[in-house]
Amino acid sequence: MEIEKFSYDNKIVKYFIVATVIFGIVGMLVGLTAAIQLFYPIFNFDTAYTTFGRIRPLHTNAVIFAFVGNAMFAGVYYSMQRLLKTRMFSDALSWINFWGWQLIILAAAISLPLGYTTSKEYAELEWPIDIAIAIIWVVFGINMIGTIIKRREKHMYVAIWFYIATFVTVAVLHIVNSFALPVSFMKSYSWYAGVQDALVQWWYGHNAVAFFLTTPFLGLMYYYLPKAANRPVYSYKLSIIHFWSLIFIYIWAGPHHLLYTSLPDWAQSLGVVFSIMLIAPSWGGMLNGLLTLRGAWDKVREDPVLKFMVVAVTAYGMATFEGPMLSLKNVNAIAHYTDWIVAHVHIGGLGWNGFLIFGILYWMIPKMWGTKLYSVRLANNHFWLGTLGIIFYALPLYVAGITQSLMWKEFNAEGFLEYKNFLETVVQILPMYMLRAIGGGLYLIGAFLMSYNLIKTAKSGSFIANEAAEAPPLEKTKKQTEGGHWHSVLERKPVLFTVLTVIAIVIGGVIEMVPTFLIKSNVPTITNVKPYTPLELHGRDIYIREGCVNCHSQMVRPFRSETERYGEYSKAGEFVYDHPFLWGSKRTGPDLHRVGGKYPDSWHYYHMLDPAAVSAGSIMPPYPWLFTSPIDMEDTEGKISAMRTLGVPYAPGYESEANNDLMKQADEIALRLFEEDEIEVASEAEIVALIAYLQRLGTDIKAAPATNKDETASNE
Amino acid sequence: MFKHYFEQIHNVAVWPIISLSIFFIFFLCLILWVWTADKGYINGMKQLPLESDEDQSDYQLKPEES
Repeated sequence: MEIEKFSYDNKIVKYFIVATVIFGIVGMLVGLTAAIQLFYPIFNFDTAYTTFGRIRPLHTNAVIFAFVGNAMFAGVYYSMQRLLKTRMFSDALSWINFWGWQLIILAAAISLPLGYTTSKEYAELEWPIDIAIAIIWVVFGINMIGTIIKRREKHMYVAIWFYIATFVTVAVLHIVNSFALPVSFMKSYSWYAGVQDALVQWWYGHNAVAFFLTTPFLGLMYYYLPKAANRPVYSYKLSIIHFWSLIFIYIWAGPHHLLYTSLPDWAQSLGVVFSIMLIAPSWGGMLNGLLTLRGAWDKVREDPVLKFMVVAVTAYGMATFEGPMLSLKNVNAIAHYTDWIVAHVHIGGLGWNGFLIFGILYWMIPKMWGTKLYSVRLANNHFWLGTLGIIFYALPLYVAGITQSLMWKEFNAEGFLEYKNFLETVVQILPMYMLRAIGGGLYLIGAFLMSYNLIKTAKSGSFIANEAAEAPPLEKTKKQTEGGHWHSVLERKPVLFTVLTVIAIVIGGVIEMVPTFLIKSNVPTITNVKPYTPLELHGRDIYIREGCVNCHSQMVRPFRSETERYGEYSKAGEFVYDHPFLWGSKRTGPDLHRVGGKYPDSWHYYHMLDPAAVSAGSIMPPYPWLFTSPIDMEDTEGKISAMRTLGVPYAPGYESEANNDLMKQADEIALRLFEEDEIEVASEAEIVALIAYLQRLGTDIKAAPATNKDETASNE
Repeated sequence: MFKHYFEQIHNVAVWPIISLSIFFIFFLCLILWVWTADKGYINGMKQLPLESDEDQSDYQLKPEES
């Protein structure tokens, strides 16, 4: 048989590697800044652009999509060519993928600090960037499927399956969750409202972890771990079961992010059951990885690549055990909204993703530059700094999370909350926040050591841009395209395989979401829940822009400790006009769903101007710019019209008179501020809109408690 | 309280049963297939990442003792 000569494209891999290292360091620096702000609020440099609410999404987007994303592309482009014995389908598509992705990152790095955000976690980027992401992602997919079709290897190795699942699922998740109605350039309202929006968001959010941070990296593990250990994977059969059961189960587990919220109990229970089931495939994969090293543990002692990989796979095992445990309702009741969750995701992020990336980089770069690693000792130092960093990061946050949660729930002998002031529970855990920043700092220093080591390694060799290879072409005989076990047939038909993968993930999404969308027509509207006034709507958009949702939830769970602290628990019917929902996932500050009417307007005024002056010891940053910048009233018309299109019942033609109502309400608030404490403020100032929104929050059901104590009542 | 809404959806109780059945049947078939899969094929697949590369020893800290 004729042997074909071709070459592997290393140049594209090199570019993705450079991007991942640079953005890794940038993303971690932003994370460290945010971590320091939590005990030293002045560290926001007193500008709007670097407040916690804006840079927290910058950090998450940078590390997920820039650091991990670029590493994923580097690893996939390198391993796929070799596993399929062919160059990528199209060099042009590879480069469109690279530059397109970097432009998206640039757009994110500019737009997030400017306050352009949808507020949906890990999907904060506004609609023009969302469209760009969809296009570039499809480019990546075409390039990948094209490569698979022109392959010289009959079967697709298990790593390729994980890459395919990653491509199709992320495409579906991204498109469904990003459905929004543009109001203007860089501003849109989520297509879904309230409970539905929450369900779609966490179906997305959970599976972004599953299919962006997990499946591609499991694919990489199945390629790079055997390569680094120079022995085949422990059990290929296990890897098949691992793959199908993981993608089948993962997609269902999203509702575990919404336990005890207003999401239907049915969906909550489904999320819990599938989360528990996830332990099996996750641990199957972890054991498969670790057992690959059987008989090679002596190498782990000396080879930093294997050290990084072993800790990565172990961290994967820990995080995927902890995750299902956190999905149990009794554990979730304690852990949700606390730093426990932050610790949990960082075991996954720093341990699993970070360490696997470091291991792969230390392995790939000497190969691509035809040399040896510059310093094994430095890599070992990096390993220990990183490991200590993870420990110093996670342990304090576990202590902080559990401490704070128990303080929230503590009642004294008289039956009152022991720590009535939320701030007491924050001040208590500040030392833990400091330790966490030290952990993050150690991890970052390690990343700097790696950068130096990798640069020195590259300099000591010469880059092999096109690595020569040869393989016989794939013969398309009848014998090879037919027969054999059904799975081996599948592996020869990438398009069919892709379709089946889509079906596996869509079944979960559809069965989970359809009933929840069906209830939309069945949810009895609470009669006194009314659409936001134009001023409140502006205030809500300011709340979104400043990222308040990063620290404040709007979801009072039905616990005595919460109804005592915040007020009546939250009902599904209260959120029907919330595009997007703002339930939040972390309480660095108190819940705000029932904050309306709790304090006078002047309290909010002074509090936003200088939180620490109103609440001594508060770690909330000041928002002085809200007092000088005016409400953008030109947008009012577009906002009202967009909301009406989404089903909010504003009267026809209301958009043209909305600004009159807005000014009327603003004047009232300005007057009240003057009457309360002789505060002189322009009615057009943004703070007035924000006060209007905060004072409205959760007050609808207070309006007529006698007739509408429970939303079901109105339907009877 | 949500029970009330769901009672209004036709046969809602069947949804979780369907989902569980789909997964369970698929999983059983998968296990059965893996159990009976051809050994040669499995071993071939296992070796796939390793065979594509001749200069395997590039990144070895010490010679492989086999």
